[in-house]
Amino acid sequence: MNKIKKLVNELVVDYSENDMVTLTVEKTNLKKLLKILKESQDLKFTQLIDLCAVDFIDYGKSEWETKEATSSGYNRGINPQSHSRIDFVNEDEVEEYKLTVVYHLLSMDFNMRIRIKCNLDNDSLIIPSVTEIFASADWYEREAYDLFGVLFEGHNDLRRILTDYGFIGHPFRKKFPLTGNTQVAYDPEQKKVVNQAVDITPRTLVPKVIRKSK
Amino acid sequence: MSEYKNFTMNFGPQHPAAHGVLRLILEMDGEVIRSADPHIGLLHRATEKLAESKPYNQNIGYMDRLDYVSMMCNEHAYVLAIENLLKLDVPERAQYIRVMYDEITRILNHLLWLGAHALDIGAMSVFLYAFREREDLMDCYEAVSGTRMHATYYRPGGVAKDLPTVMPKFMINKNHNLEQIEKLNYNREGTLLDFIDSFVDRFPKNVDEYENLLTENRIWKQRTVGIGVVSPERAVELGFTGPMLRGSGISWDLRKKEPYEVYKKLKFDIPIGTEGDSYDRYLVRIHEMRESANIIKQCCDWLKNDSGNYISSNTKIAPPSRDDMKDNMESLIHHFKLFSEGYCVPEGETYTAVEAPKGEFGVYMISDGANKPYRLKIRAPGFPHLAALNEMSKGHMLSDVVTIIGTQDIVFGEIDR
Repeated sequence: MNKIKKLVNELVVDYSENDMVTLTVEKTNLKKLLKILKESQDLKFTQLIDLCAVDFIDYGKSEWETKEATSSGYNRGINPQSHSRIDFVNEDEVEEYKLTVVYHLLSMDFNMRIRIKCNLDNDSLIIPSVTEIFASADWYEREAYDLFGVLFEGHNDLRRILTDYGFIGHPFRKKFPLTGNTQVAYDPEQKKVVNQAVDITPRTLVPKVIRKSK
Repeated sequence: MSEYKNFTMNFGPQHPAAHGVLRLILEMDGEVIRSADPHIGLLHRATEKLAESKPYNQNIGYMDRLDYVSMMCNEHAYVLAIENLLKLDVPERAQYIRVMYDEITRILNHLLWLGAHALDIGAMSVFLYAFREREDLMDCYEAVSGTRMHATYYRPGGVAKDLPTVMPKFMINKNHNLEQIEKLNYNREGTLLDFIDSFVDRFPKNVDEYENLLTENRIWKQRTVGIGVVSPERAVELGFTGPMLRGSGISWDLRKKEPYEVYKKLKFDIPIGTEGDSYDRYLVRIHEMRESANIIKQCCDWLKNDSGNYISSNTKIAPPSRDDMKDNMESLIHHFKLFSEGYCVPEGETYTAVEAPKGEFGVYMISDGANKPYRLKIRAPGFPHLAALNEMSKGHMLSDVVTIIGTQDIVFGEIDR
């Protein structure tokens, strides 16, 4: 672990170690850091195991305050505080998000894993693509673009991958409703399949509750 | 012949050799592939997003439906991740049961792969043989969970139920008379473990049968040797894991390298290939089935002499027993809380991976201290494999694409998630 610290110390903003070594890096240093981790003979993190984005906008927000529940009877936890309560996005409204891209690397030679996190500031979704360092990043970056809208600069084929042809929005952001915005249905008058606003009644079955153990 | 140029061909998404819903856009030069562009996502169900809106235990069932031919291995990665965050200890018996079922699952997966792969390349009978054995293993699934495929059997802290003491039997019906039924029930007289034992005893002979049909078969070799060759360096670079990586000659298996559960105490070998072609990957998987049977045997022997707990006794996470609930207020409260709200997992994050039949099946889980995962990212082994399809099939014939899809062991449940 000291080896890692020594090699990349000036590049990282944060260093922690829980289940594995976790480095936080500015996006300007991202490629440099990954290159060092991959090419250093003492580390050899040659495999990009996983790349994903995370939306931290609702982190630590619960849907149900139990304090009020005891004084004024039980509510059903349906105050629209966070994502699973369906909340149709108004098109003029600016969608809120707080994205982080997470990389998991594996070194087979030394049997080590490492996690690299890169936070995106809210005014720019652009992050350098790592496809030239790791070939396996190709599809992972397409996935993160599709589901979260992260734009990977330098990726030469940044298309949607998992969602349908012609899909609008980035569904894994926390503010994107769980039911989606549109549904497909057959319109007997036009005699074709059309997209229409979704008509599922929103429900919260089990509200999100945060309890700190003592 | 200047009037002929490259043309684009659409393959799938409803093609029987596409193993589900794969759509390929192939750039062809006559019969030769110039480039292949897989279009995936036709089975995308947003499992990860769904999981964010449900308490931890309600998501176990979704894991079965990811890679729907290696159900329990997916569950395993998910419950291990929760246990890591909770720092929960699992009783040894539960660990053995899980390892045993992981290996049963590996055989199930490889049998389906073998049958389907052979069928794609033109060998019909292997499929029928493979499904004969799968049927017995499905019965093992059914005996513990009540379902043949989507078991939802693992729980954080152990497994849902202990192994049954009787094995369900066939009954007389209009198709089978008493004599035939007795023949069918010959190994179902004892417990589930006896049944598994008898299966493991005959299974190596069954593998010999598959090998008789394929290993030295001229057509099989012509269709697989030298097809889809991946060098070891390239396999690492492309994110390959599991038999795809081992076929290229890299000895990497999480059961050995990052042993989880009781794999440390078990004796087994890791087969590797030398050439990195489809034939080597076939040999690797065949050998893995034999090794799995070996592991199951060891687990069986251990489990027969043990009567420990099958699930953690921490009633904050695992439900209390029915008996306790009848005369213990505390247990009743725990039960109510667990099944209405679930349990809260301490703040933190973990990446937990298991060696699933197809490769490294990882779960990256972030908890913000709530009763639902804040973010769940599933690292499916098939995803990077399929991403390499373009590279692997370039320069091969159209019919070889079918071989390559087969050798990658593609299942869309996990790739599209």
